[in-house]
Order: sequence, then structure tokens, then C-alpha cells
Amino acid sequence: MTASVSIQSVSQRYGAALALHDVSLEIAAGEFVVLLGPSGCGKTTLLNIIGGFAEPTSGRVLIGGRDMTGVAPKDRPTTTVFQDYALFPHMSLRDNVAFGLRMRGVPRADRARKADAMLALVGLEGRGDRRPHELSGGQRQRVALARALAVEPDVLLLDEPLGALDLKLRRQMQDELKAIQRRVGTTFVHVTHDQEEAMAIADRIVVMNGGRIEDHGPPREVYLHPKTLFTAGFMGEINRIPVRNGRAPFGPVPVADGILCIRPEAMTPTGSLHIGPCTVRDAAFFGTHVRAHVSPLAAPDLRLVVHLPQSQIVEEGRVLDLGADSHVVLTE
Amino acid sequence: MRHLAWAYLAAAYVFVFLPVVVLVVFSFQDGRLPVPPFRGVTLDWYAKVLADGKLMAALWNSLVVAVVSSTVALILGFLAAHALARVRLPGSALMRGVLIAPLTVSYLIIALGLLNLYTQTGIRLSLWTAGIGHVVINLPLCFAITYAAMGDHQKAAERAARDLGAPEWKVLLLISAPMLSAPLAAAFFLSVTFSWDEFIIAFLLTRFDVTLPVEIWSMLRSGLSPATNAVGSLVFLVSVTLVILLELLVFRRAK
Repeated sequence: MTASVSIQSVSQRYGAALALHDVSLEIAAGEFVVLLGPSGCGKTTLLNIIGGFAEPTSGRVLIGGRDMTGVAPKDRPTTTVFQDYALFPHMSLRDNVAFGLRMRGVPRADRARKADAMLALVGLEGRGDRRPHELSGGQRQRVALARALAVEPDVLLLDEPLGALDLKLRRQMQDELKAIQRRVGTTFVHVTHDQEEAMAIADRIVVMNGGRIEDHGPPREVYLHPKTLFTAGFMGEINRIPVRNGRAPFGPVPVADGILCIRPEAMTPTGSLHIGPCTVRDAAFFGTHVRAHVSPLAAPDLRLVVHLPQSQIVEEGRVLDLGADSHVVLTE
Repeated sequence: MRHLAWAYLAAAYVFVFLPVVVLVVFSFQDGRLPVPPFRGVTLDWYAKVLADGKLMAALWNSLVVAVVSSTVALILGFLAAHALARVRLPGSALMRGVLIAPLTVSYLIIALGLLNLYTQTGIRLSLWTAGIGHVVINLPLCFAITYAAMGDHQKAAERAARDLGAPEWKVLLLISAPMLSAPLAAAFFLSVTFSWDEFIIAFLLTRFDVTLPVEIWSMLRSGLSPATNAVGSLVFLVSVTLVILLELLVFRRAK
């Protein structure tokens, strides 16, 4: 039902290009891990290696302590939810979901019962006789999920499964995905480039870039205390202020030298790390907050992004005294 | 202009179908010769043809050769198309070219080549040797039709099936073939039609047991008779039935 995954110094080379560079990662049994990164960062390659669709150039993958080197996808305790669903168009939903059980020699009546239960789990109760083309995109995604979970894999791999859905549906499916993972207890490895999605569902986010793991940790940790500038920028908008010899452009700051990183929503009038009076350059209402560009009076060339409470009316030219509630200092 | 267009259409259809219509009409001729004037309607010739053991044996032979050779051509063509569409091999383009090449070679040349080969290897001519000839001409067709129909859609489904534990032969049998059922059926029916009508290869590569076109040819040598027309009409009826089946079962459903 569930198993740990151990990725040990895996490298993947396609011709001259290095898709993965000495990647090591331990995933605990029952953990919901999200591989997050821009396209071409190696996250899908890593997922394919776990699923057995690609063999790493070097390194190895253990699932539940078993070495997977040379084990074909059909013999691995993993199943995959594909981005394009890849449902079998000539089969009913019940036969789609039961396909893996059929390959495992489960008798027809048993697998039909199990398939109906899986369809119920994903909210498609009583639709077993339908065909995939009769469904909407979100429903097809649910069938793909039920099909992959029906064989009770130890590890479920999800390859940008929500990428083709519209935003509202994607948010709803995230909640359901998380709830289903809690119920079945299977290890989920989920690939996405959407950092909001990652934070919504992950126990742990693994940020990847250029074939390497940049950072990993719980969403709060990765967002608030990123270990690299790439992670800081990829997890959300951030102000980068160079600090040299204890001085920022707007004055002395009590932090180490490097790049002082401050999230826009951490800039408040009561922030403990004092920045000083800033002029509002422009402001726009975003619904949940007001997003404004400001420049410190002491450093007019520096432009900082600030998220202010939605109730605050800010006009251009107004001066606000700002500080940072939280910050990190990183080096290039 | 409009009348001219209709007249042109009518002329085109007359040009194409007049010989067939004449053939069918004179198969009902109540007389010794299938030539004008038309002397009245009789089914005698059909009765004679259906009672003719040699003709009926040839008809059965034709049917068996057509179905068996088309099945073999379809299986080989499908497997080749699947492999060349899925696996990147050195010289894939060349292999595709070589597989389709027999389409451009005349049936006479293929028949002569096979005849040479059989003579030199001591294989005796039979329905089997003609069937092999029909596989040679229909394999490129089956390959080309199925290869053109393979897309990423099937590729993704096949990958999912493997992921769910299907061994390769089950992927082909349960996923690839059913997803390609329309093009596979089209290729099969076309192959059967071609094999059913084929004369030159069957003529050169059979000896004692012959197919229907060869039997009709030997009937023609002993002169014109409405019986020949009756056989020809039966052949035409079978071909038309195949085309209608193809339309109803494959193309109608694919829409």
C-alpha cells in the first residue's frame, strides 16, 4: 500500500545535455512530495526514472528498500497519473479503472466491484458504464486517478495531473487529491510548475532547477526560509536588496552581507527590520491586497514591491514608513 | 451551366458503370450469347454456374486465399507499423520506404519474381504460393494505412497500459489494436477486395487448384457465354458487399 523511495546519486544524460545532475532524495512512506520547478528542470525526468520509463545514466532508485535497476514499469510497485490522462477510449470507465487488476489476474466480478468502489472514491459513483469521451476534463482526471490507485500501488506518480484544468477546477482537485492521499496512505510524488499548487498539497516541496535539487522542506519552510535565491524567487515574488559591509542602499542594516530577501507581504509599518520612509510610486488593487511599488527616500533608485492591506487607500506620492517582519539573507 | 454539370456527372457515371451494367444485364440473357439483342430474362445461367463444381470450388478458393492472405498481411503490416512508429531505429526511414516499395512494382513483375524463386527453391505452385503473392502486394497497403493512423494518443495509452502491468503482447492486443480498429478494418477489407479480384499473380502462381479470376479466364477461352457474365456479376456482388460493409462498419462509425 505504501513504501519509501530512495533516490541515490541519480544522473541522467541525453546526448550532451545533463537532465539530472547527481540527485539524491529520500521520500518517506506515505509522504506527499511535490517536485517543483520550471520546465526543463528535470522534474519529469526524475518522475520517469522512478516509474521506470527511463533508466538513469548513473545512480539507482530503491522503492521500499528494493533496488529498481532494470525493473520494467509493469513490474514496479508504482503507477502514474499522466498529464494527458491517457484513458483507454474504447473501454468503459469501469474497464479503464479495472485494467490494472485485470493484468494482475483478478477475477472479473472482483475487479468490477473494486473499480466501482474506486470510482466512488473519486466522486464518479454509478458512472462505470460511461465512456471517457462523455466526460469533462476534470472527470477524466478523476478516472485516471482511480485507475492508477485501483491496483493499490506503493507509490503513485503524478505528472502535472492538473495542468490541463482551469484554475477553479484545479484548486478544487488539489483539495480532493490531498484528501484522497490522506485516506489511502500511499506515497504520492507529484510534479508541477505551479508553486501555489505545490504549497496547497505538499507535505514537502522539492524545488528543482537545472537538473539539481535546489531546496526541499515543508511549504512554510521553503517559502519563508528559502536556501537559495532561485527558490526564493520561484516560490513567489520577493524583493532583493544587496547588502555590503552592513549597509543596504537605504542605510545600515543589522544583517550579514549578501542579498537581503523580503517578501512583499512582509513589508509593514511595524516591521522590526527598519527600512525607513518610502514614496509610493504606483499601486493597484488585487482583491486580497493592494500591490504597490515604493522607493525608500534614502535610495530613490531602489524599487520595492509591497503588499498592503486591502482596506488601505494608497495614492501615488504618499510616504509610508516601512519595515520587514521577516527576511532572509542569501548569497549569489 | 447547371444542366451541363449534371450532364457531365451522368456521362462520367455512364462511362464508369456501363460495362458493369451490360455485364449484369446479359447475365440474365435467355439465349446462347451475351450480346444484343436482349431476348428476355432467365436465371438459368445462374443455376448453371451455381451447380458447376469447378467454379464453386474456385470461388471458395478465392475466398480462402483472400481472407487468409489479408489476415497475414494485416498482422505483419500492423506489427511493422507499430514498431516503426514507436521505436527509433537507425534507418527507420529506409525501412519504411522498403516496406512500401512493392506498391510501385507491377503485379506482373512481382509474380515473375516469385515464380522464379519458387522454381529455384523447388516449391510447388498451389493456392499457398498465390496467397504469398497476395501478402506481398497487400502488406505495403496494410502497413501504410496503419502507420498513417498511429498517433501520440495511442502512444500515451500504451504507456499507461504498461504502467498498469500489461506485458507487451497484451498492450498490442488490448490497447493498440482496438484503438486502431477503424484503420485496421479498412486495411483488411481493401486487402480482401484486392486479393479477391487479383488475376496475374493468381494465374502465374497457381496450378491445379485455382482462384475464381483464373477459372473465369479459362471459361472465356472457350468462348463467350452468359454463364461468364453470371460469374462476373457474382464477383461484382461480393466486391460491392465488401465496400458497403466497409462503409457501414468502419467509416460510418469513425465519424
